[in-house]
Amino acid sequence: MPEPSDRHAAMADFLLAAAGFVLTMVALGLVRVLYGPAAADRIMSAQLLGTGGIAALLLLAEGMRVPAGVDIALILALLAAFVSVAFAKGAVHWEHDGE
Amino acid sequence: MVFDIGLAVLVVAVAAWTIAARDVFAAVVSFVAYGLLLALVWVRLAAPDVALTEAAIGGGLTGGLLIGASSRLRGIEAPAANEKPGRGPWLAAALLCSLVSIGLAMIVPVLPEPSPTLASQAAANLAATGLSNPVTAVLMAYRAIDTLLETVVLLLALLAVWSLAPDRFWGGLPGRRQNADPESVLTFAAQLLVPMGILIGIHIFWIGSVAPGGEFQGATILAAVWILAAMAGLVEGPPVSRQWLRLMLVAGPAVFFMIGLAGFATAGAFLAYPEAHAKLLILIIEVPVTLSIAATLALLLAGPPERGPQ
Amino acid sequence: MSLALNLLTVLAVCAGAFFFLAGTAGLLRFPDPLSRLHALTKADNLGLGLVVLGLLFQVDGLLAGLKLISVWLLALLAGATVTQLIARAARPGGTPE
Repeated sequence: MPEPSDRHAAMADFLLAAAGFVLTMVALGLVRVLYGPAAADRIMSAQLLGTGGIAALLLLAEGMRVPAGVDIALILALLAAFVSVAFAKGAVHWEHDGE
Repeated sequence: MVFDIGLAVLVVAVAAWTIAARDVFAAVVSFVAYGLLLALVWVRLAAPDVALTEAAIGGGLTGGLLIGASSRLRGIEAPAANEKPGRGPWLAAALLCSLVSIGLAMIVPVLPEPSPTLASQAAANLAATGLSNPVTAVLMAYRAIDTLLETVVLLLALLAVWSLAPDRFWGGLPGRRQNADPESVLTFAAQLLVPMGILIGIHIFWIGSVAPGGEFQGATILAAVWILAAMAGLVEGPPVSRQWLRLMLVAGPAVFFMIGLAGFATAGAFLAYPEAHAKLLILIIEVPVTLSIAATLALLLAGPPERGPQ
Repeated sequence: MSLALNLLTVLAVCAGAFFFLAGTAGLLRFPDPLSRLHALTKADNLGLGLVVLGLLFQVDGLLAGLKLISVWLLALLAGATVTQLIARAARPGGTPE
């Protein structure tokens, strides 16, 4: 039977690995920012970044046993909404200025 | 360990991309990504207070500011992209950056371990301040003068932004007119997000005494919620000449300063709190400061007045 | 008991990570913006939701659990709104607000 501390350490390692995996996905999604032909593609990368970042943050904070992680995630979720909306409105204005 | 290296590489890569991006929009998205990654780094270093502040201010607020700035720069983006610095300044900048990087790389490994710190003394005197979060104790009790000066600096920045308004719009409505359809998705979402945001902002402000949080972070959330409501067309920014708005802006620093002066009489020094009432005094300071900072940040985000007062 | 909880966490988090993988793959490989948007929303809703579900088993206290669910709901709301705005902007001849 593994010791409780071993189990906690194993869980922490798993959560850290999961956070790393999600971050890798987000990093790949950022490639869209590089090659995206339209502003819409860039906004979508930002959206993925926000959601993936929140997931990675929650996993990391739980793995490191930092209880404030949920509060940080709350702020990120709210501000990601704010920034995404600002982007989307900005993009709509730009695509009309360009015409 | 692999995670740490991967995160560090990602941070550097995103930073490099932010600088190298040709398109302003992509650079701003990249910068917000950079702020998010930094928040992750701070959590990894077990510094949740810094992570919270980075997420709120570095990510959300600065992102909003940059988007506003980049939309105003849209007209001159093409000619500005053709300007390049000459050989001389480029080489000088590269040399200085390299020197700083090498200096840091040489110094950081030989720092004394454990590093000299006042943390134990700060923690030991925590009971006298009535708070249990040492970071808030530093901000509001041990180094309250810094926080007071920060609030004043924010006000000065706001005055600088207002001074950019053309004379005929002085005292007018900040920001552009928003063409918002009252039946649209954005309006509906804002009607849901705004109450939740206000709740979250108050929560973050309130738990600052026992957990990561505090007035600047709470104020940032409230300011972002206001701007969201303005973008959705739910509220129309008040003209900046309104008396009540100006009172709200100065109320925080004013209360802070007066309680500081009262410290001479009650506890013997500027911004000293008598031990029995420390927590109450800090609370009395924090509430108006949060409101003032929220208003200041919201107005900073909205920009200088661009329409006449109505 | 906690072994069962840990197992559930591992399962849910793995499933969530899989949806993030699918969402990113779609974002990179699908041919046009609207189908990319479709892939992205899967990652948003299911990926984050499963991760939150997995972490719910690890957390202690009702308030922390409620906060976790609120994070997910906020992300859903923000995602749904922005998706609408993006879709309008990405439509050929994007219409104004």
